[in-house]
Amino acid sequence: MIKTDIIIIGAGPTGLFAVFEAGLLKLKCHLIDALPQPGGQCTEIYPKKPIYDIPGFPEVLAGDLVKNLMEQIKPFEPGFTLGDRAETLEKQDDETFIVTTSRGVKHQAPVVVIAGGLGSFEPRKPPIPIISKYEDKGVEYIIRDPEVYRDKKVIIAGGGDSALDWSIYLANLAREVSLVHRRNDFRGALDSVEKVEELSKLGKINLITNAEVVDLKGKDHLNAVVIRHNGEASEEELKITDHFIPLFGLSPKLGPIGAWGLEIEKNAIKVDNTYDYQTNIPGIYAIGDVNTYPGKLKLILCGFHEAAIMCQSAYQRIFPNKRYVMKYTTVSGIDGFDGSRKEAKREVVKSIN
Amino acid sequence: MSDIKITIIDREGEAHVVDAPTDMNMNLMEVIRIHELAPEGTIGICGGMAMCASCQCYMLSDHELPQKNFEEEDMLDQAFYVQENSRLGCQIFITQELEGLEVKIAPETT
Repeated sequence: MIKTDIIIIGAGPTGLFAVFEAGLLKLKCHLIDALPQPGGQCTEIYPKKPIYDIPGFPEVLAGDLVKNLMEQIKPFEPGFTLGDRAETLEKQDDETFIVTTSRGVKHQAPVVVIAGGLGSFEPRKPPIPIISKYEDKGVEYIIRDPEVYRDKKVIIAGGGDSALDWSIYLANLAREVSLVHRRNDFRGALDSVEKVEELSKLGKINLITNAEVVDLKGKDHLNAVVIRHNGEASEEELKITDHFIPLFGLSPKLGPIGAWGLEIEKNAIKVDNTYDYQTNIPGIYAIGDVNTYPGKLKLILCGFHEAAIMCQSAYQRIFPNKRYVMKYTTVSGIDGFDGSRKEAKREVVKSIN
Repeated sequence: MSDIKITIIDREGEAHVVDAPTDMNMNLMEVIRIHELAPEGTIGICGGMAMCASCQCYMLSDHELPQKNFEEEDMLDQAFYVQENSRLGCQIFITQELEGLEVKIAPETT
């Protein structure tokens, strides 16, 4: 069991900055995120895109903003559970919460902050009606252990980097690798495209373009897919396979959080914006793009503001009998949990005789 | 007058004739959102960066449209329910030339 003061669900910019604000109040944080790296959308979707509305930064790349935030919160030693999705929330008799991830990691804290942005990133599933029947029975959206495919027949679908990279990787491991893509153009990194072309010429990758997997066959386990060529139902082909791996990128879903009993409106969590961004469940807050209230703006800068306000309220919840006075970092400096201290340089006072 | 009329068929098949301003640097995805023709969270998820395809639309009228850029082509490559006339709404900016445009919002991907 991981015990902390504040569990933050979502390691995007808002969740990361909440660690800083909590740290100033000497509260420890632990972040949970379904993605394997911190940064949320900023690192997953648009790391190389510039942002122009972060106060004080005329221009900053999304990836650099995350890098800076990680540096800023380092003294407060946040814990991370990454690549694992927050699944369930249980309230305990002592008013604390236990959040359990899909891999079964348990986290306990008196305060839970949902900074989940658009939700957790889930693989995009192709619209094949019976696909769910074969999930984990021959259909996988994520390659967890490549060894599973040793000496097997594998069909990968998609035209992006992950489809290309995994085709290359599995070409030397699987018995047969086919890559199915709707078009002739592949838009992954040039190296990868060239490598796939080369392997295809060597007969190591069976390249099937202008084609789409439209149906799946098999009794209990997948044993064949139907490939439609040139969008024509008359040009369908049955292809025997052990595995079908559709790799069409990720898309965000609110996911299990939607079933935690929180008030949801327009795919977002309703909070009290007149005070502290708390949800309808006391002790659970929602900040950043995941929340909604009258006049809500889904901007990173608004998430930062909400994080600061939320921390004051969380502090009161954790220490109901303590009084707290907000301090300026310029005045009081920053005391990290790692023993580090940052402070403004003292002016040298020297008298002139 | 800087508003044009466009027809948007929502995901349930209902047609709406709506006003779209040409002087606000607005794109088709945003027009769909301001008129609430698709629920929040099901359209414009990436905010208009051509990175999610949740605003995919089928172009039904034969208006001349700007060419797809690399990002849009790339995203449509990965999207589902793509047809010849698919475009990303966020990449179609509202201009006077689009008066009378007719589009249909593509199904939501789950």
